[in-house]
Amino acid sequence: MKITREDVIRVADLAYLELSEPELETYRKQIDEILEYIGKLNELDTANVEPMAQVLTDDQTADATLREDVVVPCKVAPEILQQAPDPEPPYFRVPKVIER
Amino acid sequence: MPENWTIERVREALASKKISARELAADYYERIEARNPDLNAYLTLSQERAFAQADRVDALVAAGKPLPPLAGVPLAVKDVISTRGVRTTCGSKILENYIPPYDATAVQRLEAAGAVILGKTNCDEFAMGSSNENSAYGPVRNPEAPDRVPGGSSGGSAAAVAAGLAVVSLGTDTGGSIRQPGALCGIPAMMPSYGRVSRYGLIAFASSLDRIGPFATNVRDVAAVLQIIAGRDANDSTSTTAPVPDYQTETEKPVKGLRIGIPKEYFGAGMDPEVRKKVEAGIEVLRKLGCEIREIRMPHTDYAIAVYYIIATAEASSNLARYDGVRYGLRVDGDSLLSMYRKTRGAGFGAEVKRRIVLGTYVLSAGYYDAYYLKGQKVRALIARDFRDAFTQVDAIVTPTSPVPAFKLGERTNDPLEMYLADIYTVTGSLAGVPGISVPCGKVGGKLPVGLQIFGPPFGEGRVLQLAQAFENAGGARL
Repeated sequence: MKITREDVIRVADLAYLELSEPELETYRKQIDEILEYIGKLNELDTANVEPMAQVLTDDQTADATLREDVVVPCKVAPEILQQAPDPEPPYFRVPKVIER
Repeated sequence: MPENWTIERVREALASKKISARELAADYYERIEARNPDLNAYLTLSQERAFAQADRVDALVAAGKPLPPLAGVPLAVKDVISTRGVRTTCGSKILENYIPPYDATAVQRLEAAGAVILGKTNCDEFAMGSSNENSAYGPVRNPEAPDRVPGGSSGGSAAAVAAGLAVVSLGTDTGGSIRQPGALCGIPAMMPSYGRVSRYGLIAFASSLDRIGPFATNVRDVAAVLQIIAGRDANDSTSTTAPVPDYQTETEKPVKGLRIGIPKEYFGAGMDPEVRKKVEAGIEVLRKLGCEIREIRMPHTDYAIAVYYIIATAEASSNLARYDGVRYGLRVDGDSLLSMYRKTRGAGFGAEVKRRIVLGTYVLSAGYYDAYYLKGQKVRALIARDFRDAFTQVDAIVTPTSPVPAFKLGERTNDPLEMYLADIYTVTGSLAGVPGISVPCGKVGGKLPVGLQIFGPPFGEGRVLQLAQAFENAGGARL
């Protein structure tokens, strides 16, 4: 077994994801099978391979990631706040996080 | 039988005043009203925006002004791509009532080019799936065979075009989500190179893989849509400044003498024998067109699904952290902030999304990062190297798009791993960043479409379209 029930509980907690009891067991079993399948990667010796985080080469990203640092007004704040479940313009309101 | 519009026919009909853009849009809404209840291809219609745009096009016609390249062309947009003022759900309950405050760059460019956005198409939740059965709003049916899936995740965009409910559409492809539904619905469908099309306004699934690309009924229209959406956008730092060629000119170039690589690894076990026959017949078509067919090796192909489900889920677990009930979307109240996060995410996400968040968080977590995530990134480098090596010997690579034709609804939903293997021939190109197209390559039993996939080198969209056009002209779809 690659992944235990405790692992799933720990990971769901890290991801702030509430799972029901049946979900916990179903996902554990399914993810266990997937990890078993992923284990085939260990057939490959990758000791001397550089990890690849993204596909663009440096010369493709150099001018793409740098631009002049100029201020561009963005006036959609009211529209954005309209999408919030509990807005208190100009803020998003959330349940209290600090106890008195 | 409704008329089969293409971009060119729309243009001619508008210019000669045979039809107005408003009449055309109204005709498409009638078609949608008639067929969408069965197909479930559209989730949201945007009549107000569509008719306002159609009226702008008709005003140009009336004033005798030049028409932009996609004037009046009815367009469908996958529901993971932001549309200002038009509900965008990502196929998820967590964004059921979300209305974006801005347009994706691809949408903005297409509308500026005259396209008429009819509405938003159904898809697997957050683009995670290969059958469209992971949508919170029900599956899409394959227009060619209503008891079967259209493929996924861009199933609605593929089905809408295949059923004549849009002339062209936009989808997104992370591991095969444009090419596979294109194959299963029998239409051309293209994933451009990573960095070719701006993803500003595309709601993120896996950022090192996600791409936007077109569906159409013919290769020429695929090229015409790509022409508009390709190119640098200051709002997406991964969009490159690589020059955008004139794709129409590229598609007209002769293919004689081009070297086509056929990787042996794409024709192994698990492939439907009828699909194999069609794809082999497709390769013969290319040979008769004067292409030089060469067998090549891409030795790491078999590891691509494993790599993909590490990298895509890891990136998804990070990207989907934003759905927390604070700024947009669903909120389920809890007695604390953390409890509100947990309940919101637990209630808002569907099964496949939760499964991937758990898997993705696991492969990134302390103690497992090196064994899974780092290992996955290293093997990704090997897969990309397979492509680089291949393109030193050949001009393009041809494979099947999907190992099987459209499968029946419900047939694969109980086994996630089996569903993942539907993408076995498409994820390789996703990991490597290269462009790929699926073009129709006959039908199994005269009924279920088969796709032929053509990969080109990075930013080789012209080459890919050139071969796809020659294949289409040679009758590849009728094999």
